Amino acid sequence: MSLKELFPIKHVMGFVFSLILTVVALSVLMFDLSPKTGVIILLVTAFMQASIQLVMFMHAGESEDKHSIYTNVLYALFIALVTIFGTLLTMIWGYQ
Amino acid sequence: MDYFSRFAPPHSDPMIVMSQFAIVGVMIAIVAGLTYFKKWGYLWNEWLTTVDHKKIGIMYVLSALLMLFRGGADALLMRAQTAIPENGLLDGQHYNEIFTTHGVVMILFMAMPFIIGLMNVVVPLQIGARDVAFPRLNALSFWLFFFGAMLFNISFVVGGSPDSGWTAYFPLAGNEFSQSVGTNYYAIAIQIAGIGTLMTGINFIVTILKMRAPGMTMMKMPMFTWSVFITNIIIVFAFPVLTVALALMTMDRLFGTNFFTMANGGMDMLWANLFWVWGHPEVYIVVLPAFGIYSEIISTFARRNLYGYKSMVFSMVAISALSFVVWAHHFYTMGHGVMVNSIFSITTMAIAVPTGVKMFNWLFTLYKGKIEFKTPMLWAMAFIPIFLIGGVTGVMLAMASADYQYHNTMFLVAHFHYVLIPGTVFAVLAGFTYWWPKIFGFSLSEKIGKWSFWFIAISFNLAFFPMFITGLNGQARRMYTYSESTGFGPLNLLSFVGAAGLAIGFALIVYNIYWSTRYAPRHVTEDPWNARSLEWATHSPVPEYNFAITPTVSSTEAFWDAKEHGKPLFQGSYEKIHMPNNSGAPFIMGVIFFVFGFSMVFSMWTLAIISAIGIFVFMALRSFEKDHGHYISVEEVMETEKKCEVLKNEN
Repeated sequence: MSLKELFPIKHVMGFVFSLILTVVALSVLMFDLSPKTGVIILLVTAFMQASIQLVMFMHAGESEDKHSIYTNVLYALFIALVTIFGTLLTMIWGYQ
Repeated sequence: MDYFSRFAPPHSDPMIVMSQFAIVGVMIAIVAGLTYFKKWGYLWNEWLTTVDHKKIGIMYVLSALLMLFRGGADALLMRAQTAIPENGLLDGQHYNEIFTTHGVVMILFMAMPFIIGLMNVVVPLQIGARDVAFPRLNALSFWLFFFGAMLFNISFVVGGSPDSGWTAYFPLAGNEFSQSVGTNYYAIAIQIAGIGTLMTGINFIVTILKMRAPGMTMMKMPMFTWSVFITNIIIVFAFPVLTVALALMTMDRLFGTNFFTMANGGMDMLWANLFWVWGHPEVYIVVLPAFGIYSEIISTFARRNLYGYKSMVFSMVAISALSFVVWAHHFYTMGHGVMVNSIFSITTMAIAVPTGVKMFNWLFTLYKGKIEFKTPMLWAMAFIPIFLIGGVTGVMLAMASADYQYHNTMFLVAHFHYVLIPGTVFAVLAGFTYWWPKIFGFSLSEKIGKWSFWFIAISFNLAFFPMFITGLNGQARRMYTYSESTGFGPLNLLSFVGAAGLAIGFALIVYNIYWSTRYAPRHVTEDPWNARSLEWATHSPVPEYNFAITPTVSSTEAFWDAKEHGKPLFQGSYEKIHMPNNSGAPFIMGVIFFVFGFSMVFSMWTLAIISAIGIFVFMALRSFEKDHGHYISVEEVMETEKKCEVLKNEN
């Protein structure tokens, strides 16, 4: 087996990515950002962080049932987003 | 005495006092009976500690029937009270308590366990499995449901029932307007049962994904299993919302937080919002398995394979997604703007499309079929037109602007009974009749079954159709009385006649169980309906291990193919079978949960803390326990199989 196959390049990259994402998230504290920008940065990095964890370190895409795992995650995301934004819509934005 | 006065119901009347005596009497009779007939050991070993999915299913169905009668008694009282104008049978407070418990009991403690009971019995058999994925968790699910239900049911004799509607809207359900412990019962009993349901959801998703017989791909699963799969996905996504909402409600009521109050930044409407984020998917949780049951029954008795298998599956997936995007239609009139109402109007109407697809699939299955009108088929045939009325009035209610006319009237009450009774009650009764011989080895009487069907189907329409009319004329729901000048009197009397007819129909069902248990011929055939799916491929009653040899499947109707086309179902020879061990832990945990719930309801903190510790001790013990189950030897399997064969050949 060559060195290339033995070296877990994907996982090292994933590790580096998650470190970078953590630093980016920290920047919200470091720099004087408006709350809105801060929350957006946090949300985006959090989602990326979660997906890296899921794919790289929890091996979501590696087993036979990866289809059901991804379908499940997407479905969960759909329901969570609908519930949260739907609640904001009915209770705050669209409330008279 | 002061300490005990809190347990007295705040609105005691002769009926409640009689119930108190009756409950104590029945409990003494049960204990005495068990002791006299020396059945304690049998009860403990065969039922209370069982992890067998079939026995758990039977216990679910029995409890559901019991709750059907509890909720039915509530319904009869309500219809009797409103049968004539200005009736004095119940006072306003009592009426409030009764319609609240009627709703909660019927949805959460009748429809849910009936559905879950049938799925417990049938799904492992339909997919050729020996049990569910987590048998002990399954037992825990049942006992949490059971003790949750019991906790809720004692409310009316101990401390008073909840009285703010099954929706328990704030601020009415808050401490300020609901001062009795009734609403505490609501928050905690439903919480306990809900945790059990969530576990069932996880359990069945894993079972269906991981334990199907070799060859059974997802697209070769029987339709009932598909419907259960989708249902459990909805359970897993919807029930956490209820869990959180009830926890917030509990904190508001017991610990003085302000999530749903009118002051200190609380938001009363948020309760309604969260309740329906769970509540609307809940409707589909009880209706989708019914669709699955009808699919099985219609294709069996039309002697045709199910029309449009793929479209059936896809429409259920679509319904499951749509069920999460419509919840605000339950409170169109409570303050949000035109934009929100329009969005939810459209999503609501969209649900009619996949439901319509299913309707047409059933009709096309019937088309050119050799239809046989056995009792389960009668229920299915009555379901189609009656559910259609429910669905069409649903589309009427979906129009937000028109809903300002309908909302909170008897029209709405008629609508959801027209959906839920054919959609769930007819279905579970059909499934109950259909799978009864599978569970017990003999059929229920067709004659009594048909009588009960006609009583219920006709009386149902008699009871609920008048409500469409009185509702449109302005009769509000949840009003305990009305004046004669409103003119609602005659139609409400008609409703009461229908309710009495329904009572006779349900009594006939119980009589049927009694009669058939005593007189019905045994072991007539293992396949009484000439059915199509795998559960009929094993013996009836089913041996502990379900299938002596795991079946191999190559189509959606494996058993039919084996019967008609001689495809071999069981290949290979007997092997020893691995089965889970019984355990008393789930039952005991259920009891502790009951004590915990009761002490929370009455704010008895010491007891609550002790019992909460007890729950965690059991969870910790479980994680250190090594329980590898047991094996049934080949000899034992052969002996059981031989016994089943002998019984079969005797007739």
